[in-house]
Amino acid sequence: MTSQGIILSGLDGDRTWRLADYVKRGGYDALRKIIAEKIPADQIISEVKKSALRGRGGAGFPTGLKWSFMPRAFPGAKYIACNSDEGEPGTFKDRDILRYNPHSVIEGMVIAGYAMGCERGYNYIHGEIFETYERFEEALQEAREAGLLGNNILGSDFSFDLFAHHGYGAYICGEETALLESIEGKKGQPRFKPPFPASFGLYGKPTTINNTETFASIPYIIREGGDAFLALGKPNNGGTKLFSVSGHVNKPGNYEIPLGTPFSTLLEMAGGVRGGRKLKAVIPGGSSAPVLPASVMMDCTMDYDSISKGGSMLGSGAVIVMDETTCMVKALERLSYFYFEESCGQCTPCREGTGWLYRVVHRIENGLGRPDDLDLLNSVTANIMGRTICALGDAASMPVQSFVKHFGDEFAFHIEHKKCLVPKDVQHEGSKIYVA
Amino acid sequence: MLSPESLKKIDREIAKYPPDQKQSASMGALRIAQEEKGWLASETIEFVAEYLGMPAIAVYEVASFYNMYDLAPVGAKKISVCTNLPCALSGGVHAADYIKKKLGIDFNETTADGQFTLKEGECMGACGDAPVLLVNNHRMCSWMTEEKIDQLLADLKK
Amino acid sequence: MLEIEIDGKQLQVPDGSTVMEAATQVGAYVPHFCYHKKLSIAANCRMCLVQVEKAPKPLPACATPVTNGMKVWTHSEQAVKAQKGVMEFLLINHPLDCPICDQGGECQLQDLSVGYGGVQSRYEEEKRVVSNKDLGPLVSTDMTRCINCTRCVRFTTEIAGLMELGQAFRGEHAEIMPFVEKTIETELSGNIIDLCPVGALTSKPFRFGARAWEMSRRKSVSPHDSLGSNLVVQIKNDQVKRVLPLENEELNECWLSDKDRFSYEALASEERLTRPMIKQGGQWTEADWATALEYVANGLKSVTAEHGAASIGALASPHSTLEELYLTQAVVRGLGSGNVDFRLRQSDFSADGKREGAPWLGMPVSKIGSLDRLFVIGSFFRKDHPLIAQRIRQAAKRGLKVSALNPAFDDWQLPVVNALNVRPSAMASSLLAVLKGLVEISGEAYDGEYAAALAGASSEPAARAIAESIASGRRSAVWLGNLAVQHQDAATLHALAQEIARVAKATFGVVGEAANSVGGYIANAVPVAGKGLNAAQMLASPLKAYLLLNLEPELDTAAGSSALRTLGKAEMVAVFSAFKSAAALEYADVILPVAPFTETAGTYVNCEGRAQSFYPVVKPRGEARPGWKVLKVIGDMLGLESCSVDSIEDVRKRVLGADGFVEPAKLGNAVHGVELKIAPASVRLERVADVPIYFADPIARRSAALQQTTDAAEPKARVSKATLAQIGIDSGARVKLVSSEGSVVVTLIEDEGVAGGCVRLAAAHVLTAPLGALNGEVSVERV
Repeated sequence: MTSQGIILSGLDGDRTWRLADYVKRGGYDALRKIIAEKIPADQIISEVKKSALRGRGGAGFPTGLKWSFMPRAFPGAKYIACNSDEGEPGTFKDRDILRYNPHSVIEGMVIAGYAMGCERGYNYIHGEIFETYERFEEALQEAREAGLLGNNILGSDFSFDLFAHHGYGAYICGEETALLESIEGKKGQPRFKPPFPASFGLYGKPTTINNTETFASIPYIIREGGDAFLALGKPNNGGTKLFSVSGHVNKPGNYEIPLGTPFSTLLEMAGGVRGGRKLKAVIPGGSSAPVLPASVMMDCTMDYDSISKGGSMLGSGAVIVMDETTCMVKALERLSYFYFEESCGQCTPCREGTGWLYRVVHRIENGLGRPDDLDLLNSVTANIMGRTICALGDAASMPVQSFVKHFGDEFAFHIEHKKCLVPKDVQHEGSKIYVA
Repeated sequence: MLSPESLKKIDREIAKYPPDQKQSASMGALRIAQEEKGWLASETIEFVAEYLGMPAIAVYEVASFYNMYDLAPVGAKKISVCTNLPCALSGGVHAADYIKKKLGIDFNETTADGQFTLKEGECMGACGDAPVLLVNNHRMCSWMTEEKIDQLLADLKK
Repeated sequence: MLEIEIDGKQLQVPDGSTVMEAATQVGAYVPHFCYHKKLSIAANCRMCLVQVEKAPKPLPACATPVTNGMKVWTHSEQAVKAQKGVMEFLLINHPLDCPICDQGGECQLQDLSVGYGGVQSRYEEEKRVVSNKDLGPLVSTDMTRCINCTRCVRFTTEIAGLMELGQAFRGEHAEIMPFVEKTIETELSGNIIDLCPVGALTSKPFRFGARAWEMSRRKSVSPHDSLGSNLVVQIKNDQVKRVLPLENEELNECWLSDKDRFSYEALASEERLTRPMIKQGGQWTEADWATALEYVANGLKSVTAEHGAASIGALASPHSTLEELYLTQAVVRGLGSGNVDFRLRQSDFSADGKREGAPWLGMPVSKIGSLDRLFVIGSFFRKDHPLIAQRIRQAAKRGLKVSALNPAFDDWQLPVVNALNVRPSAMASSLLAVLKGLVEISGEAYDGEYAAALAGASSEPAARAIAESIASGRRSAVWLGNLAVQHQDAATLHALAQEIARVAKATFGVVGEAANSVGGYIANAVPVAGKGLNAAQMLASPLKAYLLLNLEPELDTAAGSSALRTLGKAEMVAVFSAFKSAAALEYADVILPVAPFTETAGTYVNCEGRAQSFYPVVKPRGEARPGWKVLKVIGDMLGLESCSVDSIEDVRKRVLGADGFVEPAKLGNAVHGVELKIAPASVRLERVADVPIYFADPIARRSAALQQTTDAAEPKARVSKATLAQIGIDSGARVKLVSSEGSVVVTLIEDEGVAGGCVRLAAAHVLTAPLGALNGEVSVERV
């Protein structure tokens, strides 16, 4: 965990997640300021807009704009939801935020509740990090006891309560409407949009959903001002961002750095490619983002625009590094299996198509590939993409398309020679248990 | 059907949601029921459904959709190893193979003594800690080298 | 209104319309599977993807709202490419078993695959296999064929009111199923067969019976409940193979109850009568029609001569056709008797002579959806009127608040805001309390005819809540259900309900028990007060001759098996029936095989007063003949002018006039001058009798598949927990129930839906028939 930023900085010691520790770091100052100065909701939203904070969950949608979509005069309940259902392979930043700095999320959500006129929020936490869920529950209890949550927060007439809801093993719940269905106690099957959550969200009420890291950025923006946050990054890409670096690096972990930092710098921070081997490919934004060959990646800076220009997506900031020992067919096979396993089963192209993709890639990996398989993969992915209710269909297709596009030779070799370009023992060596 | 302690926990879950939205507690209630019973038999699911005023099939949908619920008995210790790509690059598959060898079982199998069940997990959101595994869904074990796996299995057997 | 252009055609659609609705309006067919106009939008099959101007990707027509100025292409290259892509995905795991699939020939997937499917599959992996589910005796499953459109799931949840099916597991492993080892129990289950766009859900009774294209389709009308559902009867080799709904938005919409759909099995039952039979010297012999008719005519003639016409009586089932009912009364009246009735399960006739017209719903069925308050009095609503209950269920989603007064409640699968659960003898005083509440709420002095009774009325909070609910409505209705009509104080309940409706400015209606509960009145198959005996009177003390039309007295009358004792004393009992029965062989002297609804022409007048005529769809079985013809011939043989008709149309014209409609003036629920019977509630145990859905009439009772459902389970005596404690017997014990008429031995079980002090025991079953009356005091003893 290395930080040049605001969320994971100053986290020394083993009690950083406690309220007292957070307050010592300036925690809840932003909320106190809002309450004391009776800052109007509009002003908070415009401050967030000014910061150019973009959703940290993957889509990169401007947060301030999203907040302004909430109907102001809606009679009855409105909700805030935090998306901590972090299950995109490669992504593990929200877990660290919740483990080490949960109150930043709580404070961010309370401020969001204030700004959007909501009295209730839910934080949806990935089921597999259950210990983190339990810690977050404790943090909520601390905040409640300190009058920072619940009725009449800090003695004001503003009330907001926040609860934790755990997932239990379904990647799809990271999709915001599936997440809402899941909070409602149902299967996590995404909803067709429109209507969007801002008008028909949790329990059919207006709801705003943001990522953990997004909420955690809010206290800083309010405390230090939107401009200060913007200045930490680059125009249109405000602030610092957490990057989860995994795979073939010497020091896997989270790195909080200004947006716009060159990839090469990030790679260096992560200790460089493991064992001094050669970089082969990088998935720069979580497993759903298109893979990029080393040459393209080394020219990118880590921000929404640059990665997009490079042909991929910054997504959730999950950087999966693969070195020369990696068999790209095997890598894709594992990802395709993941999407096949995690498809919710609701719409036809994804339910049927993810299994098809996996089976074809599995065949190729196992020496049963056919000459027209690559065309078939491209055609099937084209039939899935843009035809489903949610983005899982696209998420399953983009890796396939990009792996085939950038590493087509390797796939062709597999099909033709019934074996891998990278010798088995080299692969074996490269994927051995490695702990920094 | 469920112990008073479990029911108390379920009531706490119910209290998190608006009064007319009891069904929101279904995931929590199933988790609590599974913690007590070890797995979710249809009677358990039916009980949870009744407790929350839901149709039994609606609760079954939930129990069968999320993969941390077990609809069949598992060993006293369920170990789920992540083998997804980021973990695999740092030895996730090797760690799983090592456990398979040590326990003499494959994925989705239970040791003859009923002690261990091994599952292949999907992304747990802790790729930086690879290899990662979960014990009984809730205890996450990070950076699992062969030595640490030996230690863990020894501890769990106690 | 919004402007939209679809495939180059301009049109305007109301705000909130979807592209699918707009496309339907211009006649542009958009292929689809999961979309159904009566179900919520799932948008999961993705077959209806269309091209929309400025949209980067194709959008599902079913779920995309029309925006002003939108341009849509349903068959552009982009749209068709998307549709074909989806079709390929639907087919990759679909089995190639069309030749052995019952859906073949009427399969949406098969039809659309012709237009959108490839010539050859590109999928060379192993296909998915899904285990079949046991959904009970009516619906057969082949789940490997399922395309997960979830129409069936949405149907049980949204239309039938209880989620009995779900989509369990996820991704490719997703399966439609009931909860582990459960079947589905809704009385509307057959509709999921129609909804299923593939052969995953098919009809179990029909299984492998015929190919869709081998059958001819004929229209008909359901002979069961008072809705008069429209049917398509499918015929092969002059046999009814299957019954499907004929869509009629004003009645059954696109649905059928399982009774409407599956009762046809009885038409081929072994108990069908195929030849006339005469009992001579205690022996039954088959006879030709001439002999049998002669026998009946002579019998009637000699009884009239010896004992006078008043010793002849006729009882006809309310499931008989209007024409049969008319000719029955014409024969009896032609002979000079006034003894004719079709209200077989009724026990209180004191309102006769005080009625303004035929009791009816008081409103068209199609207007039910716009009610905002409803008070149902005395009804097992969901099972008595499955599709009207379905309409109420939908209306409840739009804000209709339902209140009900009944001595026993089952789950209606719709929200009943106020449920007042009292013993039968207390129902009248509860209604009086509701009336009192209404008067208090109105704040005006009471100006009606029951001031004296009102003065003694009690104030119950539950009754007051009902009064407040009805009074707060803008379009309220008060309905009497079957139990209220069959009640021992039916006239009092009727008069009070009428008064409640008047004070609350609500519509007053009687839902009606059977297909011709209104038609019986219209056909005059009722005694004129003072000039003839009603059904109860005819069965209480023996007449010399009886004509029984389409009924089984031990099951279809309020008297139960004591009716058999009365009939046993008659000189001649002539049975007109489609079915043989052991009881009839005892009490009857002559049995004439008359044709059921599929083999005759006829008319049913439904609860809203709509006359629906139908024609035979198959030839009569054996020597069975249409009832109206049999009656006409008997009338002719007796020289009765009233029976000299040329055709069925002629009969119809005599009843309905040239237009074939029921004159609105003939319908009317008002009663005047009813003397209220408000006794203190009984303190002894009282019987509550429901008429279970599949016991209600001779046809339903003989449908093998329906008889295997949970609804047809052997009747048990049901009492509340408190009553169990009171009588000191445990749930599950065998008990003897004794009434003034007789006794039965049944199993006693706990049922919290039953009012205190009551025993609920179903009627219309051989096991319970000895108990006689549907209500009244009973005692329970352990056996």
